[in-house]
Amino acid sequence: MEYLNIVFQEVYKILFLLVPVLVSVAMIVWLDRRVWAFVQKRQGPNVVGPFGLLQSLADALKYIFKEIIIPSSSNKVIFILAPIVTMTLALIAWAVIPFSATQVLADINVGILYLFAVSSLGVYGIIMGGWASNSKYPFLGAIRSAAQMVSYEVSIGVIIINVLLCVGSLNLNDIVIAQQNMWFVIPLFPMFVIFFISALAETNRPPFDLPEAEAELVAGYQTEYSGMMYAMFWLGEYANILLMCAMGAILFLGGWMSPIDVYPFTLVPGAIWLILKILLLFILFALVKAIVPRYRYDQLMRLGWKVFLPLSLIWVVLTASYLFYFNLLPVN
Amino acid sequence: MIAHAIFFYTFSIIAVVSAIMVTASKNTVHSVFFLILDFISISCLFIMIGAEFLGMIMLIVYVGAVAVLFLFVVMMLNVAQQKNQWFAGQATSKHIPVGLIISTLIFFEIIIVIGGWKYKPEIFDLNNSLANTSVSNTHSLGQILYTDYIHVFQISGMILLVAMIGAIVLTFRQRSGVKRQSYIKQISRERAEGVEVLEVQSNKGVKIDD
Repeated sequence: MEYLNIVFQEVYKILFLLVPVLVSVAMIVWLDRRVWAFVQKRQGPNVVGPFGLLQSLADALKYIFKEIIIPSSSNKVIFILAPIVTMTLALIAWAVIPFSATQVLADINVGILYLFAVSSLGVYGIIMGGWASNSKYPFLGAIRSAAQMVSYEVSIGVIIINVLLCVGSLNLNDIVIAQQNMWFVIPLFPMFVIFFISALAETNRPPFDLPEAEAELVAGYQTEYSGMMYAMFWLGEYANILLMCAMGAILFLGGWMSPIDVYPFTLVPGAIWLILKILLLFILFALVKAIVPRYRYDQLMRLGWKVFLPLSLIWVVLTASYLFYFNLLPVN
Repeated sequence: MIAHAIFFYTFSIIAVVSAIMVTASKNTVHSVFFLILDFISISCLFIMIGAEFLGMIMLIVYVGAVAVLFLFVVMMLNVAQQKNQWFAGQATSKHIPVGLIISTLIFFEIIIVIGGWKYKPEIFDLNNSLANTSVSNTHSLGQILYTDYIHVFQISGMILLVAMIGAIVLTFRQRSGVKRQSYIKQISRERAEGVEVLEVQSNKGVKIDD
């Protein structure tokens, strides 16, 4: 009975985290389309519900009632597994995100490594989907995304090392608390810019959406998908984008901490600050989508390997030597 | 304790079965997927014994990077020869003796290593004392790697670097007739260099040199 109690408690906690994440993913899709539309002087989705807020709900309903088509020449098991993998990986990463000093599902020692590992596993959903479809556009999209995500992970990893040098711990709460006096976005501003651009590439957002470039590859790896399976890819993708925003907020923008450490601001719960920071980063993501044209594939690879990787490596050396010279290295 | 045992046996059974399936499955892409499953369950086992750093690094390095490259290569091969003819064809059977020799060598190496394995007598005490301290295993790993084993660590890094450079040198070839773009040149072009206005005489045409 005791076991069961613990299990139920954990399940409640997980649901309490996952349901808001899923709802906010639906809302974020609406926000993305709205921002995109406003930049282009359009209205965007504004019909269903007030300001079109329920548009995503209507879309979800439509996807649920559409037929799921499984191509006869596809590898059926992997074809069905692919969207499930994408969705699951996008959701399990939220387990370690701290919403305040105590509100975190799993306060593990290696939180940032876990986040990094899960986001690097995200490529499998895309590769599996692309390969199992057994058709050329999905396959090309999968190959592109494999190369793209692996190369941009490298620079994200090096940027994380930069932050860890200043923190001296892999725990996400420690990373947030280390930014009490100054957010890392100020001393590590170039790294923040590189992290932001790498996050765009890691989540296949425009201008790096080559795996699903509609002008060249129809819809890339999701060409053969329909109905709920397509919607799951979509949800997973947006959950991943939110996750990357959360990662940026925790690493550089002080996570759940209030921007100014004075009385009325500290009353606001940490979760609200974190959500506001995630939203800020997400609106930046949406603006980039509206403004910047798509990169060519060789330019994308050049940017990742020849610009970002050396820059972030040099910055690691700079940070380490600065911290060492002024005796600021965190030792415990 | 029971939950611990249940998780341990689940992960280890998955690990063993998927390791067998890597070699047993007919489709090469499937065997890479089983390899990935194997890596994941082994990293879960690492996490279960408290080696969380090793488990995560295993996930990041092997599953997140190495296996993606495996999959990349295997998928490319698979497109070229959809019907897995590696073992059936007559022409390729000459790979088998080479493979046999290498695998016997590796087998004996493993036997030598395992046969000569000795635990330090104090290791069991050390284990107990480590469990009590609050040092996380990331810290203790770093402290050992960068003090006692710093030279071995650096040498292994050098070996990896040499292997990488070797692979690049082996596959590098100078292509001729490729037009290269210089971004600085493209951005800093002025209208005066790019556009030329010519007087064209009737029935003559102009010669454009490129």
